[in-house]
Amino acid sequence: MAEAYTTAGAKVTAADRGRLWVTLYLAVTGIVLLLMMTLGLLMRLAQSDILTLDPALFYQMMTVHGTGMVGIAALGGMAVMWHFLSAHVRLHGWVLGVNLVLFLAGVVAILAADFLGGFGGGWTFLYPLPATSGAVWPTWAAALHLSGLLVIGVGFLIVCLEIARAIIVGYGGLGRGLGWHVLFANSTENVPPPTVVASTMVVIVTTLALTAGAAILVMSLINIAFPEIQINPLLAKNMTYFFGHVFINATIYMAVTVVYELLPRITGRPWKTNKVFLAAWTLSTTMVLVIYPHHLLMDFAMPTWMMVIGQVLSYVNSFPVLIVTGLGALAILHRSGIRWDLISTLLLISMFGWMAGVIPAVIDATITVNSVMHNTMWVPGHFHFYLLLGLLPMQFAFMIYLARGEDVTPQGGDMTAILYLLFGLGFVGMFLMGGWASVPRRWATHLPEWLIWDQIASVMAVGVIVLATVFVLKFLTRMPRILQEA
Amino acid sequence: MTVQTVSLLLSAAAILILAAVFLRVRVLAHAVEDYAPVQGRAYRIRAIAFWLMLLVGLPISIWLLRDMPYEADATEAQIVNATAAQWYWELDREDVSLNRPVEFHVASMDVNHGFGIYDAAGRLVAQTQAMPGYVNRLVHKFDAPGTYRVLCLEYCGLAHHGMMAEVIVSETGGSDG
Ligand code: HEM
Ligand SMILES: [Cu+2]
Repeated sequence: MAEAYTTAGAKVTAADRGRLWVTLYLAVTGIVLLLMMTLGLLMRLAQSDILTLDPALFYQMMTVHGTGMVGIAALGGMAVMWHFLSAHVRLHGWVLGVNLVLFLAGVVAILAADFLGGFGGGWTFLYPLPATSGAVWPTWAAALHLSGLLVIGVGFLIVCLEIARAIIVGYGGLGRGLGWHVLFANSTENVPPPTVVASTMVVIVTTLALTAGAAILVMSLINIAFPEIQINPLLAKNMTYFFGHVFINATIYMAVTVVYELLPRITGRPWKTNKVFLAAWTLSTTMVLVIYPHHLLMDFAMPTWMMVIGQVLSYVNSFPVLIVTGLGALAILHRSGIRWDLISTLLLISMFGWMAGVIPAVIDATITVNSVMHNTMWVPGHFHFYLLLGLLPMQFAFMIYLARGEDVTPQGGDMTAILYLLFGLGFVGMFLMGGWASVPRRWATHLPEWLIWDQIASVMAVGVIVLATVFVLKFLTRMPRILQEA
Repeated sequence: MTVQTVSLLLSAAAILILAAVFLRVRVLAHAVEDYAPVQGRAYRIRAIAFWLMLLVGLPISIWLLRDMPYEADATEAQIVNATAAQWYWELDREDVSLNRPVEFHVASMDVNHGFGIYDAAGRLVAQTQAMPGYVNRLVHKFDAPGTYRVLCLEYCGLAHHGMMAEVIVSETGGSDG
């Protein structure tokens, strides 16, 4: 089969059919990213009182921006992971194609539901808002939006199952993909490389997240069709945030494979699997699943023990993968004699953005802090931090890497990455300042005393968008070449 | 210092320290050293970080659990029933008195809302979610007089940003009726 490799650890740069899809994934990711960023800028300008937007339109844009960004975070992350994983296990490229078709179908449904139908229930579609909009949007729009999400979720589920299958075939089980035979039985055979370990974790948690997400979507759809069949709102909220938390977190675990794979090639220093690394990933696999109650700390009806878990384990969870990977990356780079260029700088920034972005989140997961920070701008401050400056630089680095024909010899260009970091810091910093000033999140119009943060953020956002455009164009303009090689 | 300011300063300090570490690696990357000693140092730092987080951080996190808002003491509380609906608040009492706990019974008639209390300076001082089918009990003791505002802190649709109400806190503060 032309589209798969079984060579464990070998460096594979050959063209293949899976690569065609990976390339298309990245193209869609890049284009949607720039569009969604533009929507974000428009929202920030509206909050700044510079642009007048009808609140209904603002909330539609907020819904599209949130949903779209989470969607491409997963699409781009999946492309990265698939590409590197396919050097270790035998994957069927057509599965990526099926997912892309479903993804695009879902996107069309969601765009129609939101911009034509007027749906604005937020990317979290929290029950019972989709069906109970105060007659602002029609039921069909809610049903169409949720169905679109369901279709997209099913697509990603299929990909996860395919990856799980491949890992089971290649390594003899998901436990072995996580390296448990090494961790618990001191085996030295068939040790999974970091990319395989990360991929195994991703498919386990994403499958669970998507199952919960699909379930709550179906339940909500049933409720829309038969309003007399109701859902317990607290259960619905738990399912929604379990899905949302795990899914968005998994995107960064997908993308981090680019760090594991490229830093060794750039520096000539290996990134090997060892027991600490394996223990960290196994711990994170479980912890990422149980810490989601930190999104429900202000739901006083929740059992207190879940709240305690939400706080304490959120704190503990920051240690394993984050520190192991962060310090691992720093050690590989430190005094390695490299010349910085665009790819290596983006990778360095991504590790910083990920680690730093978690800090305000851990602080906010403290219940007493959450009482005065929950649902303020502090929250978008933290997640834009690790998505804009952690996840995206990983994806950009991968795009540039493909655009350069998988060549990692230094070719300059790191100034653009540094500018991106600076504008990005300014942009997320203003969200955090808004949180400090108690500005609520998800408000279409802001009080006069809040505008200063919004306005500075708008300027910074322009910078972010310009630089993101530079990175995406570097990839898109090279795309014909990449496809030709494939 | 407010909780918000402490959180901001702590975050800023931690992020700056992290930035300094990254900057150092960035600046020194061109130098060449064998990997083994560098990796050894990184492992040691990792071990130190691990034990610090376990022996210092974890106890702090547990200690911070001591005043959770869920079971707050409400002896001789003034009761306020607050009900949310798209897109307004209904409070059965607006005047409360200083330095005595107020127990808000927060409920919703339709979708999820968020009951956020802002002081006269516009600072968020307490909150709970308003969820259909549940009554959340939020206890807060006001220690400064003034007009407080209730803003909606859970996205609830078109006029989410327009949901405001007032609570007036004074020495005498209305009757417990
Ligand atoms: C130039 C870049 C960006 C700008 C200007 C921007 C702007 C915004 C704004 C204004 C909001 C609403 C904030 C509020 O009032 O609650 C928002 C929410 C959000 N953004 Fe961004 N954003 C950008 C990049 C990103 C990226 C890269 C991602 C993810 C990969 C992302 C994901 C989200 C999500 C998930 C929400 C939550 C939506 C909701 O609350 O329903 N954004 N963004
Ligand atoms: Cu609201």
